[in-house]
Amino acid sequence: MEEFLKQYLDPKFAITFAYLIKIFCIVIPVMISVAYLTYFERRVIGFMQSRIGPNRVGFFGLLQPIADALKLLFKEIILPEKSNNFLFFLAPLLSIAPALAAWAVIPFDFEMVLADINAGLLYVLAMTSIAVYGVIIAGWASNSKYAFLGSLRSAAQIVSYEIAMGFTLVGVLMCANSLNLGEIVMAQQGGISQWYCWPLFPLFIIYFISAVAETNRAPFDVAEGESEIVAGFHVEYSGMAFALFFLAEYANMILVSILAVIMFLGGWMSPFSFMPDGIFWLLAKVAFVLFFFLWFRATFPRYRYDQIMRLGWKVFIPLTLIWIVFVGAMMQTDYAEYFH
Amino acid sequence: MKNFLFNTLKSLTLHELLRGMSLTLRYFFSKKITIQYPEQKTPQSPRFRGLHALRRYPNGEERCIACKLCEAVCPAMAITIESEQREDNTRRTTRYDIDLTKCIFCGFCEESCPVDSIVETRQFEYHGEERGDLLYTKEMLLEVGKKYEKQIAKDRKQESKFR
Repeated sequence: MEEFLKQYLDPKFAITFAYLIKIFCIVIPVMISVAYLTYFERRVIGFMQSRIGPNRVGFFGLLQPIADALKLLFKEIILPEKSNNFLFFLAPLLSIAPALAAWAVIPFDFEMVLADINAGLLYVLAMTSIAVYGVIIAGWASNSKYAFLGSLRSAAQIVSYEIAMGFTLVGVLMCANSLNLGEIVMAQQGGISQWYCWPLFPLFIIYFISAVAETNRAPFDVAEGESEIVAGFHVEYSGMAFALFFLAEYANMILVSILAVIMFLGGWMSPFSFMPDGIFWLLAKVAFVLFFFLWFRATFPRYRYDQIMRLGWKVFIPLTLIWIVFVGAMMQTDYAEYFH
Repeated sequence: MKNFLFNTLKSLTLHELLRGMSLTLRYFFSKKITIQYPEQKTPQSPRFRGLHALRRYPNGEERCIACKLCEAVCPAMAITIESEQREDNTRRTTRYDIDLTKCIFCGFCEESCPVDSIVETRQFEYHGEERGDLLYTKEMLLEVGKKYEKQIAKDRKQESKFR
């Protein structure tokens, strides 16, 4: 694409322009999938509760997310009188920006990645960690006790589960010998049996549960426990500012799902050697993982707060450490090939 | 100790979580019970208590004799009646108002009526667009009765053996 643009534009400008187009090619599908994830969430949870879910706007309710977005666009943005204006508007940006920035290193197909950097995994971890600032600042700037409580809970929870999540990724690093997400996928070549979800099965489960906790989704959604603290950290937000938090939450959900697919389920690799690899495998796997997020929400009641902390610190961190040692030990034995 | 080990192992297999998820998955594929309201409707009982109506006898005479039992029994005080003596020396109402915004649709007026004049019909899809639209006067109530007399009479007949 750069070559094509260089025929018409100044070379320096052409590179920037080519990147801009690539960024749009990632961000716009992400935004659309976020919108439709909300639709599918309502449909799936409805189905699991013997209801139908939204089916009025457009065919099968397919225009429902568009209608919701329009409604939020036209709503007034209310500014609490005693809030900190600058931080109040910074917070939603701080939560949406990392959620989108992390997509830069995601490989969608062979060589199909915006920024093919070697420390891709570290970059993703850093970006997902920054997202918690959005929540903390939103809670503090709102000057509301509910928002503040929600943001504190959320911060403590995200910090705790980040550790367990980081440890599960250590296992993947040991197997793949690389921090580059593309190389991690390439290391899982050769069908479903080569995927890291088998040798690292406990880590896969722990990663997934930590991912649910990281994104503040049910059953770990204490940050917005509506029965206790109204809506948690975003209780004072309305209109587009609220929509940004909403977008960030769902973009993060898709992000952690795609990471799970890349690291444990072989990314764009086909599960059977006789079928071609390709981006459609990635999308199908991500959809499958996302279904679990919705399924969890329809099934489990909210965790008690001290149990969340117990699970994170006393169960997941020891378990991941044990399995990392186990994997390391196995790599020194004759069975090492199963762990590569 | 043995129990502790057993419980730990059981929770590590996520056994209970998976059971819960299998239940919700079964419901995912089960028949949905939603009734899509404007197109589909739930069946109504003949005792349904909806919009009020004043009835007439088949010969066109008003049933209401202004005994004011309904006005007295009404717990929400939604009924206002004024009456006078007509030229044939019978007592009839000159005013019979029901404030539907006050009414709680308890059906006491219907039960207290000795001549089956004030009744509640099956109609529940009505609305008012302006203040006062839901204050039904005698004329409006008689109009409702005229419109739905067939259904009203049928329901009363069906329920007569229980009253």
